[in-house]
Amino acid sequence: MSLDATWVVAWMTAAAAAIADQAPTLNDLDRAIGDGDHGENMNRGFTAVRDAVRELPDGAQPAEVLRASAMKLISSVGGAAGPLYGTALLRASDAVAGLSEVDSAHVLALLEAALGGIEDRGHAAPGDKTMVDAWSVAVDAARSAVAEGRTSAEILDAAADGAESGAETTDAMLPHKGRASYLGERAVGHRDPGAVSTAIILLAAAEAAK
Amino acid sequence: MTAATDRRLVSLVVVSHSDLIAKGVAEVVSQMSPDVVVETAGGTPLGGVGTDVERVMTAIRSAERGAGVVVLTDLGSAVLSAETALELLGDDDVVAVKISDGPLVEGGVAAGVRAQTGGDVDDVLAASLAHVVTRPADSPTSHEDGGSGYLRTATLVNADGLHARPAAEFVKLATSLGVKMTVNGKDARSLLGILSLGLAQGATVDIATDDPGGTAAVDRLIELVESGFSGQR
Repeated sequence: MSLDATWVVAWMTAAAAAIADQAPTLNDLDRAIGDGDHGENMNRGFTAVRDAVRELPDGAQPAEVLRASAMKLISSVGGAAGPLYGTALLRASDAVAGLSEVDSAHVLALLEAALGGIEDRGHAAPGDKTMVDAWSVAVDAARSAVAEGRTSAEILDAAADGAESGAETTDAMLPHKGRASYLGERAVGHRDPGAVSTAIILLAAAEAAK
Repeated sequence: MTAATDRRLVSLVVVSHSDLIAKGVAEVVSQMSPDVVVETAGGTPLGGVGTDVERVMTAIRSAERGAGVVVLTDLGSAVLSAETALELLGDDDVVAVKISDGPLVEGGVAAGVRAQTGGDVDDVLAASLAHVVTRPADSPTSHEDGGSGYLRTATLVNADGLHARPAAEFVKLATSLGVKMTVNGKDARSLLGILSLGLAQGATVDIATDDPGGTAAVDRLIELVESGFSGQR
């Protein structure tokens, strides 16, 4: 399918359902190395996003759906994840501004812009045991898929797989950012909840493109 | 005597996870810097603990008086919320907004005093960031040895010593005089530097300058100290 505004709405709706489903898991992961509310916060935020994208007028562009979603996340997630994911979607919106359909090159641009927003906002780099570890592997995988001439849906699949494996690599990492960094060595062996929610969201993007 | 009278002052916004903390910091800052606008964005809209981007945006908009705004934050997501607010305000005509990651209370007080004395956004930001840890400065004895400086000594007679409001009054006067002076080796315009000296009632202060034209300024500060800070309000 072509990736138009309907895809973004389907993406956000699928993400909301998956986050709601896995909120207890995200809470558990966060309880181990943070303050235990990542699932609850993300569920509140994506429920608001899901309701907001339903209300958008017909003929809205992908960038408009992304921007509306970003604003909802910023205003309703609470905690650090709101500004981080909100900035990701704001920058993603800028990357596809004016387009009614997102082609494969712009799928990559969208993902790169989202990663850039998260890095700028969180001042985190790969290896810090944050959501950047999922996003950066996802973007690398998407870049390779574009170079191989894959379709948009295949690129999103590659990104989702990359995010999943990037999240897994956070298990062994020592945290350098956020509340988990207060734990130092004790956080090793635990998966970063933000990296896991990233994998959930990017899987939803790929599923929505099918 | 300063040109600050008809100039707008830099405003402050205090962002904290707690509404009580934000309002408490604003209370302390306002006590020492009564003309500086201080807005708060503490807690979540439902009264919980957290930070809220929209509250930060609202606070910045209502604090703005044309001279810019310095945003003080507590921890973690307060910084993220403040930076996100700035990104979203990017399209608006907000003049100059800077985010400080200095200490919330001490940095806030220092920022307020610098704003009160007419500093611009960069001055106020720098004041909020100045660390309480001691840094190398001219030793007062070097002025005596060099022979070119001017040094006077006085004893703190007031109950608070060089702390709290007296310290703020001292820094305000030192800043307004426009002469580079030190107090026990610290920059006389640095509130955090002076507070770090921990000078209590009965302590001796050495006020010095290398500026040949600065003797009157040193005398004014000595006069303030010897008066017990009684004549300033």
